[in-house]
Amino acid sequence: MSKLCAVIDYGMGNLHSAHGALQAVAGADTRVLVTSDPEVIRSADHVVLPGVGAIRDCMAEIRRQGIDQVVAEVRKTKPLLGICVGLQAMMDSSEENGGVDCMGLFPGKVRFFGNDLVEDGTKLKVPHMGWNKVQQVEHPLWAGIADNSRFYFVHSYYVEAVNPSQVKGRGHYGVDFAAAMGEGNVFAVQFHPEKSHNAGLALLKNFLNWDGQA
Amino acid sequence: MALAKRIIPCLDVDKGRVVKGVNFVGIRDAGDPVEIAKRYNDQGADEITFLDITASHEGRDTTVHMVEAIAEQVFIPLTVGGGIRELADIRRMLNAGADKVSINSAAVYNPEFVREASQKFGAQCIVVAIDAKQVAEGRWEIFTHGGRKPTGINAVEWAVKMAEYGAGEILLTSMDRDGVKSGFDLGVTRAISDAVNIPVIASGGVGNLDHLVDGVKLGGADAVLAASIFHFGEYTVQQAKEHMAAAGIEMRL
Repeated sequence: MSKLCAVIDYGMGNLHSAHGALQAVAGADTRVLVTSDPEVIRSADHVVLPGVGAIRDCMAEIRRQGIDQVVAEVRKTKPLLGICVGLQAMMDSSEENGGVDCMGLFPGKVRFFGNDLVEDGTKLKVPHMGWNKVQQVEHPLWAGIADNSRFYFVHSYYVEAVNPSQVKGRGHYGVDFAAAMGEGNVFAVQFHPEKSHNAGLALLKNFLNWDGQA
Repeated sequence: MALAKRIIPCLDVDKGRVVKGVNFVGIRDAGDPVEIAKRYNDQGADEITFLDITASHEGRDTTVHMVEAIAEQVFIPLTVGGGIRELADIRRMLNAGADKVSINSAAVYNPEFVREASQKFGAQCIVVAIDAKQVAEGRWEIFTHGGRKPTGINAVEWAVKMAEYGAGEILLTSMDRDGVKSGFDLGVTRAISDAVNIPVIASGGVGNLDHLVDGVKLGGADAVLAASIFHFGEYTVQQAKEHMAAAGIEMRL
C-alpha cells in the first residue's frame, strides 16, 4: 500500500526544499504532499511541521488555520517531525516578538541568543548561521549518522528545554541549546535537515522509516 | 567554537546557463548548472551562490527554472543574486527553491527595500551584497554597475546600516581585487566584520588556498566565496576545506 507524508503548509514561506528532500529519500511507495488541508494531514502516515520567519506570524497562522488542533491529534497517532520554527512552535512560549505563546508540546522556552554572545573572548554573530555539530542522544532518527555530525542552522532564537530527557540532540553556540527534541511520536530539530546534505537526508529517511513511539 | 567557517563556490548564470568559463576536468558540457551545482555539492561545498547576469525579463524565467531544477537535487543552501529589485523578485526565487537572495544595487537606490524584504521574508534569507573599492588609506566606498559608478557611500558605515535595516548577512566583494587573484582585501573585510554583528562573506581576489585562510584568520570573515579557483579544477572544494582545517580553522569535512 502506498504511504503518504504530509508537509504542513500554513503559508509561512517556502516548502520546496523540505518537499524536495523528503521526496528524494522517500521510497517509490511514498508520496510527499505539501498541504494545508486538515483531512489530508489526518490521513497521512507521516507529518512534517516546517517553519520559517517570525514566530508571532507563524503561531497566528497555525491557530487561524486550526493546525494546532491537527498537530495535537496527529502527535498521538503518527510520527511528527518539526523543523526550525516548527520546533520552536512546539515549545511553551518564545521570547521573540515581545513574547508569544506557542503550542506547548514540550515544556520549555525559546530564548534570544542576544547581542552580546561571546565564546572564549570572541564575539559571536547572530543569527547562528552555518554548519554546527549536534551531539546525539540515542534515538531511531540518528540511525547511521555519525555522532557530532554537522547540520545547517539558521536561527537567532534557541530552545531551552525544561525536561532534559526530551533533549535528543545537543547544540552549542555561546550557550548550550536543544538542537533536537523528542517524545513519543514527536521529533523536532532546530537545524534544517533538508539543507544539511547527506546527514540531513539520512535523518529524513530515518523519519520516513520510523513508526513512532520511540 | 564549533560553528564551521563556510566555503561558497559562486557561479555566474545567464538565462539559466552557467557562463564565464567553468571547466571541470571530465565535464564536457560545462554550462549545465545542475551538473555543476551537484559537482560542488559532492565536493562538500557548504552553500552555493548564483549570480544572475541575465539582462532580459524573459531570460529570468529560465533562471527560475534553473533554481527549481537545482533545488530538487542539491540539498545545501542556495543563494541567488543579481537583478533582485522588488519583493516579487524575492518571492519568485524563494518559491523556486532558493534559500536566500542577495540584494545589491537595489539596496543602494532604496535602502528601505532591505527593511521591507527582511520584515516580509525574514532576515535569514536577505543577503546584502556590497561592492567596495578603496579610495584612501583605511577608507572604502560603495561602487555600483560592476565597480564603475562611485556612490560616495562609506562601505563600513553602509554595512552597519544594512545590518540595522535587517540584512541577515553581508556579501562583501572587493572591486579592486575581483579577478586579480591576489587575495581578499583584508582591510575592508576586517573593518566590516568587526563593525557588524551578522555574518560576513568575503569575496573577490582568491587566487590560492592561503587566501581563503587569510580571509578568515586575518579578515575575520565567517565564510569565503570563490569562483575561478574551483571552476578550472585548480582546486576542489574538498582540498580547500582540508587546507583551511589544517590551518586550524573549524570546517565541515
